[in-house]
Amino acid sequence: MPTRLSEIIRKHQQTLLSEWIAELKNALGRKLIKDAELEQQCSAFLKALEQGASHGEAASLDNAAWSEMKELLNNVSRSRGLAGYSPSETAMFVFSFKRPLFSRLRKDLSAAEAADEQWNATLVLDQLGLLTTETYQRTREELITRQQQDMLELSTPVVKLWDGVLALPMIGTLDSARTQVVMETLLQRIVETGSAVAILDITGVPTVDTLVAQHLLKTIAAARLMGADCIISGIRPQIAQTIVHLGVDLGTVTTKASLADAFALALQRTGQTVIRVGQARKMKEKDGEAKDRKERE
Amino acid sequence: MALATSVDVFPVRAETDVVLVRQTVRTWSIQQGFSLVDQTKMVTAASEIARNTVTYGGGGTLRIEALQDSGRRGLRLIFEDQGPGIADVDLALRDGYTTGSGLGLGLGGARRLVNEFSIESKAGQGTKVTLTRWK
Amino acid sequence: MERIPILRMGKYLLVTIQVDMHDRLAMQLQEDLTTRIAKEQSRGVLIDISALDIVDSFIGRMLADIAGMSRVLDAQTVVVGMQPAVAITLVELGLSLHGVRTALDVERGMKLLEESIGEATRAGADEGDGPGDER
Repeated sequence: MPTRLSEIIRKHQQTLLSEWIAELKNALGRKLIKDAELEQQCSAFLKALEQGASHGEAASLDNAAWSEMKELLNNVSRSRGLAGYSPSETAMFVFSFKRPLFSRLRKDLSAAEAADEQWNATLVLDQLGLLTTETYQRTREELITRQQQDMLELSTPVVKLWDGVLALPMIGTLDSARTQVVMETLLQRIVETGSAVAILDITGVPTVDTLVAQHLLKTIAAARLMGADCIISGIRPQIAQTIVHLGVDLGTVTTKASLADAFALALQRTGQTVIRVGQARKMKEKDGEAKDRKERE
Repeated sequence: MALATSVDVFPVRAETDVVLVRQTVRTWSIQQGFSLVDQTKMVTAASEIARNTVTYGGGGTLRIEALQDSGRRGLRLIFEDQGPGIADVDLALRDGYTTGSGLGLGLGGARRLVNEFSIESKAGQGTKVTLTRWK
Repeated sequence: MERIPILRMGKYLLVTIQVDMHDRLAMQLQEDLTTRIAKEQSRGVLIDISALDIVDSFIGRMLADIAGMSRVLDAQTVVVGMQPAVAITLVELGLSLHGVRTALDVERGMKLLEESIGEATRAGADEGDGPGDER
């Protein structure tokens, strides 16, 4: 459907621009972007609208003539999303153009023509507004996913406690995805550090469900296959109850109440022990005496 | 709708073909961007089914398809043979290792290693096993 | 035909599996090992699988069988160097590798052999079997 929109926009570009910017500043209560940036975005929008309307269909944005507009709106939407504007505020960027445009159409055209063009304009602007909302959603989702990734990596550290002993302090609720990451990281570190004992400390885990329990058991089974042993420490009473109620079979997995107990056991299993400095000195003296005695014989 | 962006067919007739199947599936898995663990799972599942095809199916073929479905990539393996078929598929799907029962065909295990698993088989009518994994 | 080499390390035998084995090669290894153990009266076997990037049910069963056969010949077996992706896949596959001891590397494997041979000797000295440390 041929439209006179681009002609109108071209003729009254300056007026439309200034009226629209005024409208926007009113609508966008808080000021999160600079004036210069806003003006630049608005004039780019007008240009792209003119182009799209002159070659493209008002009813559909699929035509190549609208590609510049789509890209512009993608960028505007992304930056608004990242700046902290709400989706409505972002869509207002497009919708607030309606008032200055419609008043201009009423002034320049006959009543019948104005009505037609207002409908064309509505079709286009509505779609453009919705486009900004979709992009906004996508941008926020990407941000959230990235933050989740970061949190996942930060919350599953594998620490080397001592020669041959690793500890995995788990904090917060465990879900399937996280437990999987934990499993792969732990096993990798076992190989890298040559640690034969890994302590899974769940002091900071409030609840465990069957799925997570199964994942943990699989992790332990895999570590065993590789030649390392796991000790679970820090099981809260609630979790102990859950484990029994769910019928989870811990089998031959050793459990210790505290990380400290688990560490002591780990040292034992790796053939190490901790003795006081005073004790060590005495032992060295005894050794020395024994050696002297042998030499004298 | 899943699209096959690349397809190839290989014979699976001899033991040595099982090794080739492993290598091929490894290469295609890497191309589809699978993580090391996912690659290993896919190759292992393929090895199990390939061996069945050779040992119980009298030899057959592997059709391997690289998939694309609204942005995510996957790999589909279709093992087919014209052998004696499996009379009781449900029994065959049960694990045979720890209990000692079952036919030890590795089907149950292979199923756990992939995202989508399907098997068509009737006594005397050959067997077709489809394994699919998504990135 | 190619065979997997078996090296002698003191009173132990060491096998390093570095190729993707087809079934016949695996069976040959089993045969060769049992022959060597009996011939040299070895007390221990160390199987290094650190180069294997997949272990399927057949290979898994081969390892379990080797451990079983060796035990009958009064030798202990330890499998070392399993890769993480392989371990995860084996667990998912449901293969428990019953009766196979494992260690992270050759050094730890040797230590484990020493300990378990000591145990086995003591157990043999008493009547009946002593408690094992098997998986």
